[in-house]
Amino acid sequence: MTKRGNELFLQVYGVAVALLVAMAAGSVLILIFGQSPANVYGVLLSKTWGNAHGIGQTLFKSTPLIFTGLSVALAFRAGLFNIGCEGQLLVGSFACALVGSALPMSTPALLAVPLAIAVAGLAGGALGAIPGALRAYTGSHEVINTIMLNFIASAAVLWAGNRFFFVEETTHTAEIVSTAELPSLGISGSALNGSFFLAFACAGLFWVLMDRSRRGFELRAVGLSPLAAENAGIDVRRSIVVAMTLSGAIAGIVGANFVLGYKHYFEEGLGRGMGFMGIAVALLGRNNPIGIIFAALLFGTLSNGGLEVNAFVPKELIEVLQAVIILAVAITSATTQRALAKGGAS
Amino acid sequence: MSESVPSLADEVVLELAGVSRRFGTNVANDKVDLVVRKGSVHAVVGENGAGKSTLMKIAYGQIRADEGSIRIKGRQMPIAKHNPMKAIELGVGMVHQHFMLVPPLSVAENVVLGREPLKGLVLDLDKAAGELQALSEKYGLHVDPTAIVETLSVGEQQRVEIIKVLWQGCDILILDEPTAVLTPLEVDQLFDVLRGLVAEGVAVVMITHKLDEVVALADDITVMRRGKVVDTLEGQGASVESIAQAMVGRSVLLQVAKAPANPGEDVLVVKALSALGQSGLPALRDVSVTVRAGEIVGVAGVEGNGQSELQECIVGLRKPTSGTVAVNGQDWSGMHVAERYRSGLAHVPEDRHARAIVLDFSIADNLILGRHREFSKGPLIDREARAKEAEARIADVDIRPADASVHAGTMSGGNQQKIVIARELNRPANAILVCAQPTRGVDIGAIELIHKQVIAARDAGLAVLLFSAELAELQSLSDKLIVLYGGEVALRMDAEELAKEGARAKIGAAMTGASASQESA
Repeated sequence: MTKRGNELFLQVYGVAVALLVAMAAGSVLILIFGQSPANVYGVLLSKTWGNAHGIGQTLFKSTPLIFTGLSVALAFRAGLFNIGCEGQLLVGSFACALVGSALPMSTPALLAVPLAIAVAGLAGGALGAIPGALRAYTGSHEVINTIMLNFIASAAVLWAGNRFFFVEETTHTAEIVSTAELPSLGISGSALNGSFFLAFACAGLFWVLMDRSRRGFELRAVGLSPLAAENAGIDVRRSIVVAMTLSGAIAGIVGANFVLGYKHYFEEGLGRGMGFMGIAVALLGRNNPIGIIFAALLFGTLSNGGLEVNAFVPKELIEVLQAVIILAVAITSATTQRALAKGGAS
Repeated sequence: MSESVPSLADEVVLELAGVSRRFGTNVANDKVDLVVRKGSVHAVVGENGAGKSTLMKIAYGQIRADEGSIRIKGRQMPIAKHNPMKAIELGVGMVHQHFMLVPPLSVAENVVLGREPLKGLVLDLDKAAGELQALSEKYGLHVDPTAIVETLSVGEQQRVEIIKVLWQGCDILILDEPTAVLTPLEVDQLFDVLRGLVAEGVAVVMITHKLDEVVALADDITVMRRGKVVDTLEGQGASVESIAQAMVGRSVLLQVAKAPANPGEDVLVVKALSALGQSGLPALRDVSVTVRAGEIVGVAGVEGNGQSELQECIVGLRKPTSGTVAVNGQDWSGMHVAERYRSGLAHVPEDRHARAIVLDFSIADNLILGRHREFSKGPLIDREARAKEAEARIADVDIRPADASVHAGTMSGGNQQKIVIARELNRPANAILVCAQPTRGVDIGAIELIHKQVIAARDAGLAVLLFSAELAELQSLSDKLIVLYGGEVALRMDAEELAKEGARAKIGAAMTGASASQESA
């Protein structure tokens, strides 16, 4: 086998083992609830992938996870840990909704949609740039700062919404103009919308940026060895800011899915948890865009399927299952890395 | 060469025999013998990378020897089972170069950490404090057990480390570069303390590369070079010159085919350069050096005497506090690293793994690292150009394996260095080459190739500034030489002086600051 093929095999093998371990653990839990694992897994699968509506809903649930997974992965590859997706997607969605609702009715879709998406990205990017700049120029750690900014973002959005923007007696903003809406894909009444393709486009851009572009080359060098990057004349500080800004921007675009494609307004609590789930998606997807898409589909399946199997087992069981997958991936990831290192040295 | 173990009548408390340790392909210790007597100071000297620290960590049980035997106070320690707990139990304590103290805790708390004396279930700090006070007075350590560690000076913190080891009951004290962080006054105080300890029968083993200290203090001296003991001397009667001679070795000059230099215009002009080091203290004082096109100027010196800072100031990684760096008449002071590369800099960094390559990058990516603008098409990397470059460079300098997709981290040091040399010497605008430790950790075959490449660069008209810890390398490659000591130029030699008999001893002496005054003539 070629070296590359061998690496890929080990990676996939590691993930497969992790999934099997997680399923086995889930089976034990299901048995404790007096249900048949085969039955529960069967229902989970048929309700998510067995009919058009299920597929649509599953893809809809996966869409934001592709964005947040890419967001976390981009920062990861530049050696940074962005735990701020939660806040970035919040300000992105909020800004997106505000601009979308402020546009005149007559704005053509060709202008309104890109503008609303760009604003979402800009807002998320701005929130990502802050911990990036703090890390680059003061050395204060982005993990702490992104976590803190999550709280600040959520409080600020809620305050601004209540004070100025929310529709009377509600916790949501006014509707965006109809030309800014992303069309529903019309799959059997599911919420799946145009942002699903946007997510794929993002994954494609991610790949071009990280694996083909000069900027990506620099970001990867900074991530793997900041000292060598500095010696090579790469502006390490600027690279850190750029990486965190881009990471925040991708998270901000999650707003397109909920605001432009589904609710058509910003609502308090929207997208909650998607940012943190993005960390798991990036981890499971090995920071690789194709891996991330598959990981997002898996977690999307679980989160959609969790609702469907609620009749047999508590839906918390699915959350436990997700957690077990993450743990198993983290463990196999370490062993896979060791195997790769060993394989490389021989 | 250890036939002259002095005063065999004295009690041997620590004995290492035939100790070897390999890290990968690098032999850090090669059949090393060491005999430490009770109530004596034993200095282990040698260049950085000579294997001193490894040897001490083996004695302390922190690193496991591959082979050899360790005897502590007559007791044979199985090398596979030796560890710091056992070492301390038998009385061997170690003070590391970087202190292992908890800054917000008091001296007494730090000392008892891990072996807290209890009264019932309660920590009995008073008892420990009393014992520390007694130890402090006995040995003149002047340590207040109640003081908070972070309020203490570096010298005081070191004495806390020493008292900690003594309190643990150790009477064989290993000190790793104890004076590296001390001011001259603190050094004197430390030596007083050590003399007091020795008088009480404690054995002190001290790693250092400062030879005046060795002469001042040591009863026995073991000289290491490239992992081997090359000489053992008696402290009495040893001079800085004789130790320096042993340290730099008497090996014959490497045979490098080299035509006489044909120097041109001044290219690299470093004027009155001063800079601070990592610790914030002055590391470079008023250094001036000029390199002409087509000549190699060597920079000798014991590591830590300003070489790193000089390199970093020229490359743009460190801002000088005063002075200038100019190349071909252009002042480089305000320029970024990347601009300097574009204006003619080529750079082989001294720390290959940290600075020169990205270990997780492929050969191809490492070959364009820092030159990736040259191999771009618009915003994208030009993969075809990169592949061509990799193919050409791999063939040029015979990089093995000859597979551009292999990660650099899996390659031997010599092949990694070939990547760096090939990349740097093929920069389009090359005018100067700052080349540091080009053959460190590199196998013999690659050394020859790298030397040839450096000379070829010189003959192609580059101004080469060559830093090396290998005096033989500097002597065989350099057309001129300067010696840095304490951040200053201690000696300058031209080609004629370099070729003279006794040049090596003169350089060795200047490196240790022994005879700066007598060499000024």
